Amino acid sequence: MAFVARLKPRVIGLRGRWPSQVHAPCRMYSLHPAHHTTPEHPLRVAVIGSGPAGFYTTYKLMAKIQGTKVDMYESLPVPFGLVRFGVAPDHPEVKNCQEKFEEVASSPDFNFIGNVSVGTKSDHPDGLTVPLASLFRHYNAIIFAYGAAQDRKLGIPGEDQLKGVYSAREFVGWYNGLPEHASLNPDLTQGDEAVVIGQGNVALDVARMLLEDVDVLRKTDIAAHALDTLSQSRVKRVHVVGRRGPMQAAFTIKEVRELMKLPDVSFHPIDTALLPADLKSLPRAPRRLMEMLAKGTTATSQSPSETSKSWSLDFCLTPKAFSSSSPDSTQGQLASTTFERTTLSPSPFDPNAYALPTGETLTLPSSVAFRSIGYKSTPLPEFSDINIPFDERRGIISNDGHGRVQHEERTRGAEMSHGSFPGLYCAGWVKTGPTGVIASTMENAFATADAIIEDWASRTTPFLNGDRKCHGWEGVRSEVLARGDEKRVVDWQGWRRIDEAEKQRGKESGRSREKFTRTGEMLNALG
Amino acid sequence: MSTPRVLRQSLQRLAQHARCYSKTTTTTTSASLRSAAQTQQQQQQQQRLPTAWSTPFAAAARRSLSTSSALQHGHVDPPKPGEELYVTFIDKDNHTHRLAVSAGDNLLDIAQAHDLEMEGACGGSCACSTCHVIVQDQDMYDRMPEPDDDENDMLDLAFGLTETSRLGCQVHMTKELDGLVVKLPSMTRNLQASDFKP
Repeated sequence: MAFVARLKPRVIGLRGRWPSQVHAPCRMYSLHPAHHTTPEHPLRVAVIGSGPAGFYTTYKLMAKIQGTKVDMYESLPVPFGLVRFGVAPDHPEVKNCQEKFEEVASSPDFNFIGNVSVGTKSDHPDGLTVPLASLFRHYNAIIFAYGAAQDRKLGIPGEDQLKGVYSAREFVGWYNGLPEHASLNPDLTQGDEAVVIGQGNVALDVARMLLEDVDVLRKTDIAAHALDTLSQSRVKRVHVVGRRGPMQAAFTIKEVRELMKLPDVSFHPIDTALLPADLKSLPRAPRRLMEMLAKGTTATSQSPSETSKSWSLDFCLTPKAFSSSSPDSTQGQLASTTFERTTLSPSPFDPNAYALPTGETLTLPSSVAFRSIGYKSTPLPEFSDINIPFDERRGIISNDGHGRVQHEERTRGAEMSHGSFPGLYCAGWVKTGPTGVIASTMENAFATADAIIEDWASRTTPFLNGDRKCHGWEGVRSEVLARGDEKRVVDWQGWRRIDEAEKQRGKESGRSREKFTRTGEMLNALG
Repeated sequence: MSTPRVLRQSLQRLAQHARCYSKTTTTTTSASLRSAAQTQQQQQQQQRLPTAWSTPFAAAARRSLSTSSALQHGHVDPPKPGEELYVTFIDKDNHTHRLAVSAGDNLLDIAQAHDLEMEGACGGSCACSTCHVIVQDQDMYDRMPEPDDDENDMLDLAFGLTETSRLGCQVHMTKELDGLVVKLPSMTRNLQASDFKP
């Protein structure tokens, strides 16, 4: 029985209360440890999401467990997630990781299953939806790598009602041609002052899009509608506002340097009281960043009066309200943003300092505002049926830090038990929360792959469906066909056709690519 | 709350299979099966699949693990006889790989050509930190041209940054660097730890 005792924590995933359809989880958690070494039974994996986390996990898995068959589900007809829809168009070098993804996809053991949403109803009418429960029946392992598709909100007056208040996530999606936000059509013509709330790299991307010469963007794969709107923009002055100081800010030095180097754009000096007096004693990364901010402050180059556009990092301000100039300040067009000044405790130089309110307010005129205070993952609707725990506070799937989906349960003896769900893993932002650059997502995805490899090699760790042969997408597809659902599924060859068509469109307009911004257009390109 | 019936049954079933498993475990790595898989692999290797996937994915024995990456990269020409420069990589498992290379090759291309575990997510364009290497000898480090701002900006984001860290894509082999030894940093699992701690 020693075996049982050891495995028990992993079994506790079967909670006391069953979902209504008792038979389904029963089949989901067939607990036979897989142990037959038969070539006909390769590890069958479903990856949900085709961004860098999904691809890097797949890459490592396929490289380390030979014969692994991976089906990658993507709700859009096109792959690459935030590499396509998040990375700024003027950072094409960051998108070079797609070459690696292409290589992964060229394996005969890899299937791209595009235009298929898992668990959540497809956000476009042409998309197919398959239930998560269906995947449970046809794979040994499922990797959740669907990222963070929502954003955190400020929860202040005017945020939802006023014209001119946008989510940075939607704005980024819009200029990158994400179908969901293709109709955002932000109005940049109401005045010359813009406010970006948040000081991460997304906030700096938004600022750069507003400040950069449109002719530079013209050569990129930025969405055509964004070029039109940005070329008519009246924005001349961008405030990038944060609750805390430079020592606590989330942006990285490369993004700041890029903004500092933009031609005909100047930087307003920051409050040097927020910088430690002795920069030399700081560790390397914050030292270089603080030195740049200090230098930007005393730069002899161009002052804001000499350039047509300018920007600033405004520290120690917490947003309180968006207001219009009409009598009911929460209706109509945004005119100003009110902030409360904060003070940093225990010290402005402590990287973990808290922002405390001071009661003093400041109002910045603003004709357009972007909230950029972080992305947020959400659980798939079926998680509650299957009892997959979602940490709402951190916005992640509860996991053991290596990517094994975990649950906590108070058992009869009131003892808290932890355990992993057999065969369930997560990677990327839905595992870690929405932070980090591609390099960190890559390492993190590799860690998830390592966990799966370790579990598979242990020979005792249960996976989904035990010894039963899994048919992967074939099995899921037969269930879809039985339902009579006839939506188009895009395979890798299909994506290549869309890719070619976009490049061809780009060639005609002298650009690297002209993205389709509607799923209908993408599907039409399949021929 | 009592243990639900289904869970009890599952536990019983699991107990049976655990016992069953312990009996069969010795057969799972039988030599004949392994050699069969190997033969199959070798045959496929000889066929040279036309895809970019250079090592064929044989239908390998279940739960078998390969020790090396199945992907190969890097475009470097072998050095001309008599013109070899040597560089040694110490990988994440502390194994050393001494390689003969040509002048001008960069460390990322060299590592990938020799199937060492080094990513170059941005394709060697100095826009990420995935080809981070740690030069083992200060004197060698000093012989290299200093990193520029772009490289330093990326190094700032690298895990396990040291005083002699460089990006592999930016270090080109020269005569002065003959005998260079670099270590590939072993990544920590916890990547949420801020690099920003004093």
